[in-house]
Amino acid sequence: MLETIGVSSLEELFEDIPARARFPDLEIPPALSEMGARWELESLAEANLTAAEGSCFLGAGAYRHFVPAVVDAVISRGEFFTAYTPYQPEVSQGTLQAIFEYQTMICELTGMDVSNASHYDGATSTAEAVITAINVHRMRRKKVIMDRFVHPEYRNVVRTYTQGMGLEIVENGAGRLAAELLDKETACLIVQYPDFLGQFEDLTPLGEACQEVGALLIVVTDPIALALLKPPSAFGADIVTGDGQGLGLGLSFGGPYLGYFAANKKHVRRIAGRLVGQTEDAEGERGFVLTLSTREQHIRRERATSNICTNQGLMALATAVYMSALGKCGMRQVADLCYHKAHYAADEIDALDGFSVLKDKPFFKEFVVRCPKPVAEINRSMLDQRAIIGGYDLGEAYADMEDHMLLCVTEMNPRQEIDRLVQTLEEVTS
Amino acid sequence: MTRPLIFEISKPGRCATSLPGLDVPRADMPEELLRDDLKLPEVSEGDLIRHYTHLSQINYGVDSGFYPLGSCTMKHNPRINEAVARLPGFAHVHPYQDEETVQGALFLMYTLQELLKEIGGFAGVSLQPAAGAHGELTGVLIMRAYHIDRGDEERNVVLIPDSAHGTNPASTSMSGLEAVEIPSNEEGDVDLEALRAACEEHSDRLVGMMLTNPNTLGLFEKQVEEICHVVHEHGGLMYGDGANMNALLGIARPGDLGFDVLHYNLHKTFSTPHGGGGPGSGPVGVSETLVDFLPGPLVDIDQEKSEDDLPFFSLVKPAKTIGQVKAFYGHFGVMVRAYTYIRMLGPKGLRRVAEHAVLNANYLKQLLKDVYPLPHDRICMHEFVLAGPPEDVQEDGVHTMDVAKRLMDYGFHPPTVYFPLIVEEALMIEPTETESKDALEAFAEAMKQIVDEAREDPETLHEAPMKAPTRRLDEVKAARDLILRWQPSDEGD
Repeated sequence: MLETIGVSSLEELFEDIPARARFPDLEIPPALSEMGARWELESLAEANLTAAEGSCFLGAGAYRHFVPAVVDAVISRGEFFTAYTPYQPEVSQGTLQAIFEYQTMICELTGMDVSNASHYDGATSTAEAVITAINVHRMRRKKVIMDRFVHPEYRNVVRTYTQGMGLEIVENGAGRLAAELLDKETACLIVQYPDFLGQFEDLTPLGEACQEVGALLIVVTDPIALALLKPPSAFGADIVTGDGQGLGLGLSFGGPYLGYFAANKKHVRRIAGRLVGQTEDAEGERGFVLTLSTREQHIRRERATSNICTNQGLMALATAVYMSALGKCGMRQVADLCYHKAHYAADEIDALDGFSVLKDKPFFKEFVVRCPKPVAEINRSMLDQRAIIGGYDLGEAYADMEDHMLLCVTEMNPRQEIDRLVQTLEEVTS
Repeated sequence: MTRPLIFEISKPGRCATSLPGLDVPRADMPEELLRDDLKLPEVSEGDLIRHYTHLSQINYGVDSGFYPLGSCTMKHNPRINEAVARLPGFAHVHPYQDEETVQGALFLMYTLQELLKEIGGFAGVSLQPAAGAHGELTGVLIMRAYHIDRGDEERNVVLIPDSAHGTNPASTSMSGLEAVEIPSNEEGDVDLEALRAACEEHSDRLVGMMLTNPNTLGLFEKQVEEICHVVHEHGGLMYGDGANMNALLGIARPGDLGFDVLHYNLHKTFSTPHGGGGPGSGPVGVSETLVDFLPGPLVDIDQEKSEDDLPFFSLVKPAKTIGQVKAFYGHFGVMVRAYTYIRMLGPKGLRRVAEHAVLNANYLKQLLKDVYPLPHDRICMHEFVLAGPPEDVQEDGVHTMDVAKRLMDYGFHPPTVYFPLIVEEALMIEPTETESKDALEAFAEAMKQIVDEAREDPETLHEAPMKAPTRRLDEVKAARDLILRWQPSDEGD
């Protein structure tokens, strides 16, 4: 091969590289065999407590839901996971059709007209929704209102993404109080449904208030909740975003998850991300391609609606398999199980001395408990004594919510686990 | 025959899984806020598996064959990576668990940060960005924050060569900055005079420059040190687009060449699967002056909680961080795979990756350059760009797109086409190090036969592909009709 190229050594291929920087000695450990690597990774994995070993009541944006075996069976097929973005549609119909089906399912769940092919996670799809709202108003409106009970990390990411855009971001109100901040300068209002505290309510007044001033309503949702609750389209949402992690993706220490993004069709030319559209081949057969790419970075460059390129293709496939496997009835059943189990747990905990559950609005699978001791202390004792992974410490994100714990109950928590949690909460605080 | 959609094989009442019954009392529900109109497919497990198996069979991956998609580094994905990423201790860990219960995961992230620092020649690495373009946005925001922190708030111009990926100017705009294009010279390198002039013109407003090296022509930018020098002289920073890092592993460290920021693509260089379009991972490395601006949290050793021989790992936020760029800590599952890859190669193996990637590209270039015009005939790095089919063939109306579609009939995935924009009819070919000499020769043979076919009967090539799962698809119709979801038919079945 070297002879064909016309060089005498491999080193000669690299003569364009400045000599002083060429062939550095990398100080990294020597190679492991496959067996050695396996052992090392197994020992690292074993150093973590899994949510399956203990009982887990932690949610706050990452949820333990049952994943049917078919999900991994499908996404483990090499033809899917070793492919890339379907730039050449004739040899990528598998990916393209699966994404087209995914887009349809997300539209069904959210009630919206169009869904794109995915974002990195719920936080970044929400940030891209804000940018869409700014673009819909052609940069003339610079105010963005975020409900304070939108996931704290999502709000962080919105601020990071938009730091160069000169926006005014207001995030000190919740629900109707947030809506009162709306004015003709407002590009969008972002609310979470159910909110970060697990609570939900009729968002119709917010939708109407947005419409009155011409601001976009962006609703961040939990897709499992949407199997039970009215979709955001019913309240006049313009864009619906959220994380698809609960739809068959597992926890994986925070990622990879999936950001979904669905919108009213009037915004379709301003949204970010890949879109799969239906077409025909030369013989008139139905087929699928990436479409409206004139919005995208590889065509529009600095005038693109977003810089996104690689998204979460395999995760979108996984969630589509999950939604197909559970189907209409299964998804509702999961949502029902979450709802009733969470309410059972809340009632039992509310009856304990010193604990009270926030019950001013309906909640779905998460609820807030005011505790008689600091949350960190309770969690530590539960972990040490019973290997229970307790709830999220709301004091970490909200100064006015010290000693408040956000607990999550899903179909993965059998009654005896819930009873043990209640009993342990009582023991560690008495 | 038209393939059915999963919705079209749905039958009421079917379900591909089963769930336990309710083991607690039913609670009251706010009926007025509930729905009962959810239309998702209802299929048996058998039907579901057949549906998706069939879809996989009409999809082409690296597992199916040669996939020389330039700029994307479609190398083999080692299966050990898949196995370890699925270990329960990685797959079933919640991101908000007590740090004490996730020391294995934090050790892995810390070590990966250290490994990437060493490989790239940087002082700090954040693993949080989710893909290459996300890493770019992160890097540009870091450069912006650095200038603002120094009280230099007027700087808003980013220089970008005309050969750059579209994500570079798009990331610049998203950061609220202005992209200014720098032309390339005849050799395919940056036009240094034009760069100097742009630096003079925008001196007070210069944020920095984004440079891909090797560039998108697959050529190592020989003047890289001079470019860095000029940009630095005007107070700018150098951003490296690490999409092409596969050519530099153990060969040169971008930090040593003068780059201040660089994103890595774990899904390209470090063998994690591309997933049909993600999940990727785009960690960002920075020089000492920029470490405080990295997005967090990062993983660091907590000295207070550490014991002599047992470090304790914690999540920390850098002092002047640009903020979080995504929820949680990044694509952990992808990090596990990349970590495994680096551990199995070691320093020698990494260098061998780059050497063989460059060897394969140059060999294939040599096999093709007599048949296909090669605008920049010099030693390339891990990829090279041809200027479409020969002139006489183009005059007969056969273009790069026809060659690409015909390659499918020969059982290959086409190269990247019509990019970079500075080469007309571009065919951008990246073979990667995991292809054998035989595979390269078979591909070259097919490329040559296609030119022969074009000379004999140009019309045939417009018909291609003929043996792919579908005939050529009408992309114009898709954009015109804009059917973005399935709709139930009116018959209501």
